[in-house]
Amino acid sequence: MKCDVCENEATVFLTQIINGQMTTVNLCETCSKAKGVTEETGFGLAEAFLSPSHRTESDTMEIVCDACGFTASQLKKIGRMGCPECYAAFRDGLDGLLRNMHKGTRHVGKRPSHLSAVTPQILPRQRASALKDAPPPAPVPAPLVPPPDIAKLRAELDLAVKEERYEDAAKLKSEIENLQPKASK
Amino acid sequence: MMRFATLIKNPADWMKGAGPHSDVVMTSRVRLARNLRGYPFPGFSQERQRIELLERARPVVEELPEMRDGYSEDYTELSKIRKQVLVERHLVSREHAARSSGCAVVVDRKQSISIMINEEDHFRIQGIRPGLNLTSAFEVVDRVDTELEGLLPYAFDPKLGYLTACPTNLGTGMRASVMLHLPALVLTEQINPVIKAIGKIGLAVRGLYGEGTEALGNLFQISNQHTLGEAEPEIIAQIEKVIEGVVRSEVTARAKLKEDHQTMLQDQIGRAFAILRYAHILTSKEALNLLSMLRLGADLDLVGNCDRSLIDMLLLEIQPAHLQLNAARELSPEERDSMRADLTRTRLQSIDGPGSFPPSQSNNGGTTSPTNDE
Repeated sequence: MKCDVCENEATVFLTQIINGQMTTVNLCETCSKAKGVTEETGFGLAEAFLSPSHRTESDTMEIVCDACGFTASQLKKIGRMGCPECYAAFRDGLDGLLRNMHKGTRHVGKRPSHLSAVTPQILPRQRASALKDAPPPAPVPAPLVPPPDIAKLRAELDLAVKEERYEDAAKLKSEIENLQPKASK
Repeated sequence: MMRFATLIKNPADWMKGAGPHSDVVMTSRVRLARNLRGYPFPGFSQERQRIELLERARPVVEELPEMRDGYSEDYTELSKIRKQVLVERHLVSREHAARSSGCAVVVDRKQSISIMINEEDHFRIQGIRPGLNLTSAFEVVDRVDTELEGLLPYAFDPKLGYLTACPTNLGTGMRASVMLHLPALVLTEQINPVIKAIGKIGLAVRGLYGEGTEALGNLFQISNQHTLGEAEPEIIAQIEKVIEGVVRSEVTARAKLKEDHQTMLQDQIGRAFAILRYAHILTSKEALNLLSMLRLGADLDLVGNCDRSLIDMLLLEIQPAHLQLNAARELSPEERDSMRADLTRTRLQSIDGPGSFPPSQSNNGGTTSPTNDE
């Protein structure tokens, strides 16, 4: 059999299956070296088939936490989150992970009685969208005692009702009622 | 604020071998993992972010009613030996001690509450009580936690609970653990099935210093692994129930040893006493294992005039950092082994030793006294 590139006798036979399509390439010693398919490490071969477009695509698909810049692959590697907001960013698939780790996927224990401790932005299921022109995120410390925000509490209450978390809803309702006569304590 | 020397000089109540089931249960500890909103977790933050959090949080922690006039130290001010002493006392974790800039620990005057700042989480609030008493340990940290939540904005999600760096701590952020002394279960080779059974119900069994450490001195830590989906009192009730079962097995095994294998038991305890009382070189592993046997002897009234608190204090004092703190300098391993033996020789002078056994019926043909060479 002759080399597909030159007229020499082919000694390297390469079969590749890409997207279910099989192609066969026959090369002579010289041409195979020139194409880099017989490098000892074998990396030449792998590199040749891993199209660069494929790799960059997977990079841009990666979910990143807007708040701290932590990535899904870092999470996978170290098994820890970058910041509290990461739980919202990486919410997809979290339930499955938690089910393997814990007795349940919903917290039933202690709750802070000061609702200022609640992080409402985690509540809505949201996907991290890349903010291209945003500067590197520098987490802003929350104010020491954030002013109670009735609108925020109402939104939480709505969500609690929608999610049928009636115990939370009751708590939120009394919290709002407490705040209504006077805006600040 | 309290000085390090003052803190360490006075033993805490949980070191004195008292409390419910204290013949088998050394201590009960509960820790809560807590984080602040708006800061990355310590493992993924920059040094300046950790310092910023520390500078904001430390004064707040120091002013909590329970922590006032306690001990508080920035890790950059703390020598390696002092940090290690805190590890040996279980007041800080090994992982936390390995960190430096941006980390601090605050300990109350009684050494029963410690708050680590910038461990794996922003806060690790820990309470220690003697014997089997997780409920009381939880009450203490719960109170401190409630005070702190009013002063700093916690990261909490209604569905996921307290948000922690590692998803394994999510929910309650609570780890309740009990330190057990189980020499009879080890001697009668029943320990492995017991450990297996405990593992099956979702609790973890570890050695003296937590994850990946050896069960030196027949000391085992049992703790919960699940933190999400169960409330704190449920988790604690389950562990206490399991521990009560383990305590019963250990007590039964001890009684059986005393009944059926008295000579072997007397031999082991006698050897332990003799080595601790007369040796000049003792490694930490050997000393821990011998002290374990002596503690068993004291608990079974086989060692005259031996107070359990003396042994429990020795279990701390023979450890490398405690020895070096005592010597006020770094010691080579050889020097430590020699000073460790000095310490046990001196301390055991006050006890009568196992030579004063009630002479049992002479139905056994073996040696009757382990100290017959003297």
